Amino acid sequence: MPLLAIVVLAAITYSFRLVGPLSRDRVTLAPAATVLFADAAAVLLIALAATSALMNGHDFAGWARPAGVLVAGLLAARRVPFPVVVLAAACVTALLRLGGVA
Amino acid sequence: MSPLWRTAGLARAAEPGSTSRRGSTLVRDVALVCLADGLVGVSFGATTVAGHLHWWVPVAMSLLVFAGGSQFAAVGVVLAGGSPVAAVAAGAVLNTRLLPYGFAVADVVGPPERADLDAGAQASGAEVQVRARPVRSGWLIRALGAQVITDESTAFALRQTDPARRRAAFWGCGLALFVVWNVSVLLGVLAGSLVRNTNAFGLDATFPAVLIALALPALAERRTRVSAGTGAVIAVALTPVLPAGLPVLAALAGLVTGWRPRRRTTERAASPLAARRAGNRADSSIDSLTGER
Repeated sequence: MPLLAIVVLAAITYSFRLVGPLSRDRVTLAPAATVLFADAAAVLLIALAATSALMNGHDFAGWARPAGVLVAGLLAARRVPFPVVVLAAACVTALLRLGGVA
Repeated sequence: MSPLWRTAGLARAAEPGSTSRRGSTLVRDVALVCLADGLVGVSFGATTVAGHLHWWVPVAMSLLVFAGGSQFAAVGVVLAGGSPVAAVAAGAVLNTRLLPYGFAVADVVGPPERADLDAGAQASGAEVQVRARPVRSGWLIRALGAQVITDESTAFALRQTDPARRRAAFWGCGLALFVVWNVSVLLGVLAGSLVRNTNAFGLDATFPAVLIALALPALAERRTRVSAGTGAVIAVALTPVLPAGLPVLAALAGLVTGWRPRRRTTERAASPLAARRAGNRADSSIDSLTGER
């Protein structure tokens, strides 16, 4: 990942942050746009979670990783504290690999 | 950073119900969020160097971008073999939510308002002195404040009704997170470079797990769930055939499935959150992100 890419992402991100504080009282954001942004973020996160859980490059990643992620997802849905969720993902996957599951 | 840490325990702890002992509750809640973010930071640093990226990549990103979800997204795209352009695009789309946040906390990001100061100055009779200061250093404070706009600092600010408390919550949470996040990423980089085979420890499973934990609270509404589910199917189906990075961006097409049918009528009436959204500005989307149902 080149430094330029990081700087560009940082600049874009910072401009998103700065628009509101600079233009307060002059511009307001449509509620529909706000909801769309939030939905787009959720869609991206879930899509990225799905691809990074299931795929390795262009191929299937094997069963151990998605199994760990599935357990973590179920725990997260049950409102289990964050550290437990992350540890569960790693432990389930590591144990499955220890047991010979790829 | 990211929608986080809006996971269960934290979101519960940060609920606004506790009006007594507000100050100490705020400090405790901020500390809890910092702890959770610290874990994510360690995981970010470790996964990044485990994927054979240079040590300065996660460090520079955390300092300059300072938005956890997008950092994970961008690095995830690169680790999957995607181009830097795709990585930046994914991170940028994820960070669009900071735009409404900026509007929501605009009043506390900069120095105290001229109107507030004038009122104070009239009361104390020190009009000229009080006025001169904020104008000169105002842009600097605002520039710094903008950088610490995150899911968490915004959520904490919006939970406070009193302007002074809003300001304290925003700045306290924002600055604490900035320090904790960068230190923990650095620790993660160190840890990640010490461990040889990170896959044996299941570290590769923590990345998608973090993303799911981040996204879950935002999936309170059916519309969002449908969009996200469709997007995930699209992304996974396209991964074998498209260059890395593009499938995740293609998932945005899933938004159409959630948005087209009946977005105004039934859902808005059915869900209290949606009903609030109708009248409210940016605040409500942050509620959904911070795990309030």
